[in-house]
Amino acid sequence: MTTDTKTTTPLLQLVGVSKHFGELRAVDDVSLNITAGSVTCLVGPSGSGKSTLLRTINMMEEINDGAVFFEGHMIGHEVRNGHRVPVAKSVARKQTLNFGMVFQHFNLFPHYTALENVTIAPMLVKGLKKRAAQEIGRRVLEQVGLGNRMDHYPNELSGGQQQRVAIARALAMEPKVLLFDEPTSALDPELVSEVLGVMRGLADLGATMIIVTHEMRFAEDVADEVIMMDAGRIIEQGPPRDILHNPSTARARKFFASVGTLSAQKG
Amino acid sequence: MSSLLTRRKSGLPADLRTQKDLAALKIRPRFGIAQWVSIGVAIYLGLTLIQFFVFNENWKWDVVFSYLFSQVIMNGLLNTIYLTLLTTFFGLILGVITAWARMSSLVVLRTFAVLYIWLMRAMPPLVMLLVVFFFGALVPTLGIGIPFGPSFAEVPTNDVISRFSAAIIGLSIYLGAYSAEIFRGGILALPSGQFEACKSLGLPPFKAYQKILGPQLIRVIIPSLANDVITIFKSTSLVSVIGYTELLTTVQTIYARNFETIPLLMVAVIWYLVLTSIAMFGQARLEKRFGRGFARRNQGSPKAALENAAKEDL
Repeated sequence: MTTDTKTTTPLLQLVGVSKHFGELRAVDDVSLNITAGSVTCLVGPSGSGKSTLLRTINMMEEINDGAVFFEGHMIGHEVRNGHRVPVAKSVARKQTLNFGMVFQHFNLFPHYTALENVTIAPMLVKGLKKRAAQEIGRRVLEQVGLGNRMDHYPNELSGGQQQRVAIARALAMEPKVLLFDEPTSALDPELVSEVLGVMRGLADLGATMIIVTHEMRFAEDVADEVIMMDAGRIIEQGPPRDILHNPSTARARKFFASVGTLSAQKG
Repeated sequence: MSSLLTRRKSGLPADLRTQKDLAALKIRPRFGIAQWVSIGVAIYLGLTLIQFFVFNENWKWDVVFSYLFSQVIMNGLLNTIYLTLLTTFFGLILGVITAWARMSSLVVLRTFAVLYIWLMRAMPPLVMLLVVFFFGALVPTLGIGIPFGPSFAEVPTNDVISRFSAAIIGLSIYLGAYSAEIFRGGILALPSGQFEACKSLGLPPFKAYQKILGPQLIRVIIPSLANDVITIFKSTSLVSVIGYTELLTTVQTIYARNFETIPLLMVAVIWYLVLTSIAMFGQARLEKRFGRGFARRNQGSPKAALENAAKEDL
């Protein structure tokens, strides 16, 4: 029985998660299961709540309702006297380490070189010695194809290279889930493919990834599941082929026609 | 169309008529009337200043130099330096703590910080120094205890407050409030993405500030902080009201006796210039140190800034 539930429990579960900004319901009662090793793409029009949803997973946004479970355990909150309170900040930081995040605007540390950007968190958070951290740092920078750019400062790197350093920085902490928040939206068109290439490589290695993206082609090729959001809710969910080419709702048909995966006359 | 071409050519020397000739000419900076006028003004001002400072007996430079390295002046100067260093040290620590309290999620801390900053901004430093120095008149003994109730340990206020400690306390709490707002401004100026990156990597706040946010913050606040610290050099002269003898007080007591007012004030000014130069040199070093990884937008002329911006575009 226990072994059975263990194998079937999804890595990550969202149950009725809501996030409000004043009157606005940015995320509205979203439930979602993510299995280990899967690639999930969150798509939808801007303002649909997909980035906010992603950020509730690693507690960058505090949720107003619902709960997030990682490996079957609730994260972000704990039960006390019949209600829930936010966990202590030190506990929250430990829980955050299950997730690695890649941002739209890279958010690299400008005063550190690529290698220092990648090694600083393993040293400060995990307490690794400099040498051990650099070993990991070199390995992950090689992995994203930047073995020859380790001593460059972020402002000496192209946007695509910066984003690959950011991916390496997330990888160096060896997270169990990688979260990507529009990783290619701030890049010149010709630099998009190098970042997507790195992400494809990670997917091939079996990383669990949740990606907010506007790259429909990439979603179709790499994702196991595509989730479309609108007005804070999930309105379509399923294998990319079905969602991108044969959505069931009129809203989704209109959206996918506008981004070009669906021929317009049908919608 | 052909008439347009001929008209354009007409203003040029005969040997430079083809576009190829024009394209081959070297490009030099335009040296116009403004440059000549500014050089003329500079020469005029330079001569005026030489006349003013060098060929004017009333400065009594011999008196200035006889006092410049004298024992009394050196003592005053050392006191000024000592006072400035200690005030800066305690003031900046107080500033960091206040800025932290000011941005705390705890409303009590926030309120305390705001009240403190409000009070210090309102209070002239002279008044502050006098209040601290005569604190013994307000509260004869300092102790830890329950308000309106018993006290557990007591010392006479005048044992704690000397001229020296009153000067340090008065100036430090003053710098603390002002630098707190500078620190807070620096934190507000940091891109929110830096905080998010630290949070997503699970960095504890103290380490995040120490290694990642702090160095970027310092880069932004160095110019304002240097301003405040250099102001402290001169604010130390206010402690003459409580009878502590630093540079300016020393000078004042001397010219009160021999009436060489201007030469002795010049002695003080020269030393203030030296101290300010050292501070500005330190500032430049710090800016360079914390400017790692940033294009030097903040240094030099608007033209250099434009060139840097162009480089960033690449």
